[in-house]
Amino acid sequence: MSLAVRCQNLTKTYNTGGQIVTALNGISLNIPMGELMMLVGPSGCGKTTLISVIAGILDQDSGVCELFGENLQNLSSRDKLHFRAHNIGFVFQAFNLLPALNAAENVAIPLIINGMNRHLAVRKAIELLTQVGLGNRWTSLPSQLSGGQQQRVAIARALIHNPRLIVCDEPTSALDHETGLNVMHLLKSVALQNDRSLVIVTHDARIFEFADQVAEMDDGHIINVKDTLLRN
Amino acid sequence: MNYIAIKMLMGDKGKYIGIIMGLTFASLIMTQQPAIFVGLMSRSYSFISDLGLPDIWVMDPKVQFVDDIKPLQDTELYRIRGISGIEWAMPLYKGLLKARLTDGTFQTCNVIGLDDATLIGGPPIMLEGKLEDLRRSDSIIVDIDGATEKLGKPSPIAGGKPIPLKVGDNLELNDRRAIVVGIAKSTRTFQSQPMIYTTYSRAKSYAPRERKLLSFILVKTKAGQDPHELTKRIKQNTDLAAYTQAEFKELTYQYFMHNTGIPINFGISITLGFIVGAAIAGQTFYNFTLENIRQFGVLKAMGTSNLTLLKMILLQAVLVGSIGYSLGVGLTALFGFATRHTILAFKFPWQLLLFSGAGVSIICIFAALISMIKVFRLEPAIVFKG
Repeated sequence: MSLAVRCQNLTKTYNTGGQIVTALNGISLNIPMGELMMLVGPSGCGKTTLISVIAGILDQDSGVCELFGENLQNLSSRDKLHFRAHNIGFVFQAFNLLPALNAAENVAIPLIINGMNRHLAVRKAIELLTQVGLGNRWTSLPSQLSGGQQQRVAIARALIHNPRLIVCDEPTSALDHETGLNVMHLLKSVALQNDRSLVIVTHDARIFEFADQVAEMDDGHIINVKDTLLRN
Repeated sequence: MNYIAIKMLMGDKGKYIGIIMGLTFASLIMTQQPAIFVGLMSRSYSFISDLGLPDIWVMDPKVQFVDDIKPLQDTELYRIRGISGIEWAMPLYKGLLKARLTDGTFQTCNVIGLDDATLIGGPPIMLEGKLEDLRRSDSIIVDIDGATEKLGKPSPIAGGKPIPLKVGDNLELNDRRAIVVGIAKSTRTFQSQPMIYTTYSRAKSYAPRERKLLSFILVKTKAGQDPHELTKRIKQNTDLAAYTQAEFKELTYQYFMHNTGIPINFGISITLGFIVGAAIAGQTFYNFTLENIRQFGVLKAMGTSNLTLLKMILLQAVLVGSIGYSLGVGLTALFGFATRHTILAFKFPWQLLLFSGAGVSIICIFAALISMIKVFRLEPAIVFKG
């Protein structure tokens, strides 16, 4: 089985006011292609640091992290940006939509970053918004959308450039239970494909059932990785 | 990405207007105050500018500026006329005399005595009457500003505007009758006193009796004669001071620059305006970046390079800078237009546009720079913090 992510012996420390905090302490983790992995654990256990390293927006102190066989630490800053822009999609806890842009423009951002003409990018974004059930709301500003709708826009934004890895940070924590489940159904049905993997950081035990694997973290370690038995 | 930068900038209307208002204010202060300063300083030599005909002004060597009259003997005129390279040399009287108005009050006036035969040195524009009317007995020509304001007759209504002096009206200058035969337009002088033009001989009769009354000798160079060489020749032959028109303007300008508090006062207000404008605009722009830092983080996480973010911030700075600058300059121009008929000195040369443009650019570059540093140092991982 080919791997989307291969992490080996990752360490990362932070210096917070003279105090060294170890966020990742020898993490090794494999995420197969086409699978949904959830990272779970208490606050401060290193989940966010781990997905930041996996997404290539934070450098580890030591160890290896390969995405689709590419060691990001070997890439120049420019190549790393380029790699990220083409291969990774993001879904954030607080949605992080740009408030001045409408839904379609928000979704179009990754395509614009990758150099596509804005009008063409927005046209593609409208098509994708239709797929996620927001075809009639593409002109709405984020402030005019509900939390669930905003998260659907964020999911569309993560998918628009057809990335091979989607990184989600607490995608359901700002949503009510039903909306959270709908968002997870959407992620599983639209985002997850044979050539695309998902990594989701979550506290929300109600959505564990959507995972192919759940990695439990504590104090900078992965203490357990299990194949979920409740796989749909 | 430019589109996104502009939408981000304009998304928060309050902040957007705040930045523009700060820059407008800075631009306004940086153009309006210097425009008044330039206007005021150009008034210091406006009398010299109005007399366009002579190439050279001859005067006592101790004269420091145009209103610093140190009279010469009339015989000096003949000595000057004897120097080679001179087409003509004419006498000019310039002095402050008190005019008695019809209501019995007195007003100090600038009396200009022109050569009786040629009337060289007269006002640049005649609004009523002719310059030649000065040849009539007791005749004077009054400038329009003086005629309508300080020399005007009292209004019959208490607190009303004075009734402008008109052709045919009388004044008393040093107990002698003076009849207004013309109204002229001349540039306001630094002290904004009414200008009264008359002949040289009549001006001498109005003036208190003194041994020397000749204020300046106006000289025209012969065709092909270098005025600078001629000024040197005049100095060598007479021990008098001789300046070209530009030199005399510069002498007067430098006197006011070095001997009055005007440059310091205006310098302080311009500097304060710049600092306040820079602080308001810089702080607001920086706050705008700080409040959008998460959005920049999202863009960075998604693969936007620092260079692209830099271009976006620069575009935002250039946009608000251009709008603020245009509004500030426009308001200054409006101010100048609204006050064009008042006593306020205002001159808006193109150099001031460059000056304020440079000022606003510095503010914008400074604001953009501190914002860029923040965005450059931004860890994109910030987007994963809730």
